[in-house]
Amino acid sequence: MLIIEELSVEVGGKPILNQINMEIPDGETHILFGPNGSGKTSLMMTIIGFSGYKVTHGKITFQGEDITYMPVHERARLGVGVSFQRPPTINGLKTKDLVALCARNKPVDVDSLADMLNFKGFLERDVNRNFSGGEIKRSELLQLMAQEPELVLLDEPESGVDLENIVLLGEVVNTLLERGVKQPRGILPHAHLKKRTKSALVITHTGHILDYITADRGQVLYNGNLCCSRNAREILKWIREYGYEECVRCTM
Amino acid sequence: MHHVDNKSKTEIELGNYQSEARPHEYVEDLSQIESVDSGQWLNVGVDIAEQDRAGTFIQKDCSVIHSKSRQEGVEVMGISNALKKHDWLKDYLWKYISPEKDKFTEAAKTKPHEGYFIRSLPGAKIKQPVQSCLYIAQEGFSQNVHNVVIAEENSEMHIITGCSTSPHLVTGLHVGVSEIFVKKGATLHFTMIHDWGEQVNVRPRTAIHVEAGGVIVSNYISLRPVGSLQMAPTTYLDGEGAVGRFNSILVASADSYLDVGSTVHLNYPGTRAEIISRAITVGGTIIARGEMIGKVAGCKGHLECKGLLLRDGIMHAVPELVGHVPGVEMSHEAAVGKIDQREIEYLMARGLDEDEAVSTIVRGFLNVDIEGLPPGLAAEIDKAVTETQKDMM
Repeated sequence: MLIIEELSVEVGGKPILNQINMEIPDGETHILFGPNGSGKTSLMMTIIGFSGYKVTHGKITFQGEDITYMPVHERARLGVGVSFQRPPTINGLKTKDLVALCARNKPVDVDSLADMLNFKGFLERDVNRNFSGGEIKRSELLQLMAQEPELVLLDEPESGVDLENIVLLGEVVNTLLERGVKQPRGILPHAHLKKRTKSALVITHTGHILDYITADRGQVLYNGNLCCSRNAREILKWIREYGYEECVRCTM
Repeated sequence: MHHVDNKSKTEIELGNYQSEARPHEYVEDLSQIESVDSGQWLNVGVDIAEQDRAGTFIQKDCSVIHSKSRQEGVEVMGISNALKKHDWLKDYLWKYISPEKDKFTEAAKTKPHEGYFIRSLPGAKIKQPVQSCLYIAQEGFSQNVHNVVIAEENSEMHIITGCSTSPHLVTGLHVGVSEIFVKKGATLHFTMIHDWGEQVNVRPRTAIHVEAGGVIVSNYISLRPVGSLQMAPTTYLDGEGAVGRFNSILVASADSYLDVGSTVHLNYPGTRAEIISRAITVGGTIIARGEMIGKVAGCKGHLECKGLLLRDGIMHAVPELVGHVPGVEMSHEAAVGKIDQREIEYLMARGLDEDEAVSTIVRGFLNVDIEGLPPGLAAEIDKAVTETQKDMM
């Protein structure tokens, strides 16, 4: 699905990511751990192609295509979807209209998607205008539900979300990634599992999201270097026990 | 940086225009109007089918070619007929605007060419809008009108007034003196839509007087090219609890010059005012002014001027707040700039290409919640946004 090779990135002339190698196979969910300022969000912004994140070396391949220098909207149309942590407010654009735009030419039932996220009351509001942290998460996921990307990049999906909504959020992420256990009638669970292709890269620094979604692998980003790649829960245990600094020592 | 010579836009020689025009005949049946004219009117919200309209007034050059009230409780006629009918009306003329204000008001006094008189009777609730159109067809004509609107006590009325020119017209001058009276407890929605020509100069001079408990909601929309437009309607909130809300949506294409403001005097406790302006320039000049003058404790006002420069041009926001006593509560918010790249990329991350992203943001920017806009105007705004984008390329 996604292959990142020897990727180095600068922001404002300052190196942020250093020779990153990463592979997310079809159908897998990976967790990206790292302390604040380690470059997690920068990696995500580089994958989607935002300006200001200058690739100085290396290559990003998505679904077999080199997307390293592709415009943002072409990456999105190929199937990259992002849940941003601090998306901008767009005055005068109603949330429901943006959700419909996300679906492009596919038919979409905005109301029932919003129902799933308990977000119906926000559809008439301007995109992100005076949304709380938790409301932003739900708005982002609602847009992704309409967009139906192949690879989902989630930036700190649990931050600012209250306990009640985090369960809901986890369920929606699982639906988005076709990891929900409940299946529509007539479809055998294992049949569904076989055809599952959606992948995800989930950024977290607390790891709380692991209580709600399942992960195939974890990686640790520290000072712009990818230091570790193994079972996500195992990494989380190490980080909780010893902190990031000790944790990454084993590979450095 | 963008340099413009706006001298030709700000200094107008009245001698360059004709003060006489060939009269046009009265038209009883609006379906007889040629489509070359009525098409222009439709662009500014005036529908000759008169569907859902409480009355219609149409003036072409110096002639009132149609005026009719279609509902009880509302009067619609040319100002000269109105002065004949109502002896008291002369006391309303030049009450809050002096003819000596400038050479334009002077021209309207010395060489007047009609104008409309629209009045809702006391207590009348006029559900459907009254429409009016001031139209210039004769090349080089200076159309000087004097309009009076009266919303009598406890009445409610919505006026849509559109101004435009014949598609063939190159130059012209429009001088419009408008005096608007909102009596005790009355509510007036006044929506003005302008669609002038690229070399037409426009000088409206407006005063609005609002009594206790009265409400004026004024919407001004100018999306198409105009040679120059300069106006700053002055509103006096002259009674307890009087309310004024002013929205303007301005688009300046290359060579358009718009100097548009609103001045509101908050003279009584409990008066409230809001001025909201959204302006976009694509090569033209926009000066968006807003001024609030609070004279008593317990008045409240908010002013919001937002301008986008989509291409070179000048965007000048001038928000002014003047408090005369402690206890006035006034605030403003002004912003001038280009579209935030983060907003564009955010929408692109959802699959919109750059053009789609920009037009979505621009449409949102202009999408001020305006009460009582005629349907179809949203489509007009979309059309203007599309054309604006063509200009940008």
